[in-house]
Amino acid sequence: MLEIRNLHVSIEDKKILNGLTLTVHDGEVAAIMGPNGSGKSTLSYVIAGKPDYEVLDGEILLDGQNVLELEAHERAAAGLFLAFQYPLEIPGVATMSFLKAAMNSQRKIRGEDEMATADFMKAVRGAADSLGIPQDMLRRGLNVGFSGGEKKRMEILQMALLAPNFCILDETDSGLDIDALKVVSEGVNALRDPKRAFLVITHYQRLLNYIVPDTVHVMAHGQVVKSGGKELALELEATGYADYKTLAA
Amino acid sequence: MNDVTPIRTKVENALLSRFPQIKASLPGDASIRDLRDDAFTTFQQSGLPHRRIEAWHYTDLRSLLRDAPELAVVPPSHVIQRAAEHGSALDQVQATRLVMVNGFYNANISSFGLPAGVTVKDMHSALGQSEPLVSSHLGAATTTPDPLIALNTAFMNGGVIVSVAPHTKLELPLELRFITETLDAIAMTPRVLVIVGEGAEVTLLESHQGPDGVSYQTNAVVEIFGASHSHIEHLRLSAGGNYAVDLSTLAVNLQQEAVFHSLHCITTPGLARHQVFASLQGEGIAFDVDGVALLSGTQHVDTTLAIDHAAPGCTSRELFKTVLDAQSTGVFQGRIMVKQIAQQTDGKMMSQAVLLSDDARMNNKPELEIFADDVVCGHGATCGALDDDLLFYLMARGLPRLEAEALMLAAFVGEAFEKIRHDGMRDVFTEIAATWLKSRSTMTKQA
Repeated sequence: MLEIRNLHVSIEDKKILNGLTLTVHDGEVAAIMGPNGSGKSTLSYVIAGKPDYEVLDGEILLDGQNVLELEAHERAAAGLFLAFQYPLEIPGVATMSFLKAAMNSQRKIRGEDEMATADFMKAVRGAADSLGIPQDMLRRGLNVGFSGGEKKRMEILQMALLAPNFCILDETDSGLDIDALKVVSEGVNALRDPKRAFLVITHYQRLLNYIVPDTVHVMAHGQVVKSGGKELALELEATGYADYKTLAA
Repeated sequence: MNDVTPIRTKVENALLSRFPQIKASLPGDASIRDLRDDAFTTFQQSGLPHRRIEAWHYTDLRSLLRDAPELAVVPPSHVIQRAAEHGSALDQVQATRLVMVNGFYNANISSFGLPAGVTVKDMHSALGQSEPLVSSHLGAATTTPDPLIALNTAFMNGGVIVSVAPHTKLELPLELRFITETLDAIAMTPRVLVIVGEGAEVTLLESHQGPDGVSYQTNAVVEIFGASHSHIEHLRLSAGGNYAVDLSTLAVNLQQEAVFHSLHCITTPGLARHQVFASLQGEGIAFDVDGVALLSGTQHVDTTLAIDHAAPGCTSRELFKTVLDAQSTGVFQGRIMVKQIAQQTDGKMMSQAVLLSDDARMNNKPELEIFADDVVCGHGATCGALDDDLLFYLMARGLPRLEAEALMLAAFVGEAFEKIRHDGMRDVFTEIAATWLKSRSTMTKQA
């Protein structure tokens, strides 16, 4: 369970989050929607531990533990996963070596043994096949020369292998065509689990046709200004964000 | 013209008074003695190179050299024995090894037997025996006037001559292993000639190792002659002691259609300058020279290249990667010269540096001098920190900062190692870099 309490965050003296409070329970898929500049991506980065942000007040608890005291890699080992809006290209770092390094590092931090190479290969192949990722992509540099859709699929592959208990999808639909959107959504849906929660950040209702949320929260001016069920997303699609832009001002 | 008498430093004075005292004891016939005298006169006039000389602007040897230790002598057997006990990162590669101890070739601890087509002569004795290869090749690889070559020529008294017969294709690499075995500071001036015949194929390894905490100095000159259609790969590891001064010149002279690749990797010595002077004399030569420097502490490491395209249709590729931690200083100077005759030259040079500390410093100076009109030439230089966004991406997947940095740095230097043709040596260098990156994380954790 993730609990965010009264979170105030600024970057370069600009206040982005203004007392945001949100709870996502185990097994829940929560969608965050909101206009540009409402602080959605900042929220995802702050949860994941990007160092550029200054947390002025509030706390973020993952299963009761305050993750603000942890560095990004420790948060990952504690079960947090951020699927990036724009996954980065890392030339010269083979995807396979990266996956192995990440998995074993998380295990080490948790005090677990390294994964045997055969088990690792089997796990990667299985996950790659189900996402339609060809083997030769795994030998190439991480995300180098991948299309937008391939990069997003690679993010879901990492999510499947790292088996986090809290996943943040930051505008996973951006840059995807309908077919890629379906593949990615199916990948996410296959990971839905009573013990795993998701925070799905999106501008558009479209993604939520494929990843159907349990709850929808609207963000504006760095706060959650309205919460509801999945029907709230449809309502927003019809009315737009105009009402919310003034609501919190 | 120059009537200003410069003030000599302690080191210059020591070198100037030493030569007349010892020159009679240095090996060589009359022609070698003339060569030494000429070289010494050159040094007498110029002194040690300093920052007002453009090629030495970033590596002011006059102020960086603090001592002029005694010249090394042929080591006694117990020193040879101790030297033979040292392991090397290159041990995992099968090779024909020629071992130099304190600059002097020692056949007893070198590989037994040489492959067919290879002859080896001890430079120390060759100098005194009117060896024809000395008179035909010594000093002939480059015409570039250079103070390090001059100093080496004045004092040269060790090293080896390797010649590879035409059309010999060596299965195993030849390794020139330089081991410094001393408790006191010494100066070494080995001279090496490698003469590769027409169509011959050679992998030449050159490694330097020595004790930490001893301020020994090496000023080595390696001259490589590649006849037409020869294939040469030269891989150099400079891993001497932390107080060592490693001055090194590689002079390469290539003929038509020769294929040459050199990579030098430098990790430990306190002060180093590696110079490469290449003369591309025949048409259609493919010349590649790359380098990797992994620096920490207060290391000062300089790589200086001068590639002379003196014939049409040659390609040259240079890729240099420098990683600088702590208070280290890096220098890259690369000059591609294209003579008027050298039409259809294709030259590309790149120097990239990553600074891991606010106190590290990198000086990049790539240059082109082009006198032909039908050429493709380019150079680039980059200098910066690791990308924070990439680091965050890796950390968000569970890698601690230092491991994330290590992964990125291994990829950064790996691009240069990728160009190594000898698989075993590619692995050796990759492991050396991995070990360096690992030691960095341990050191940072302790600090």
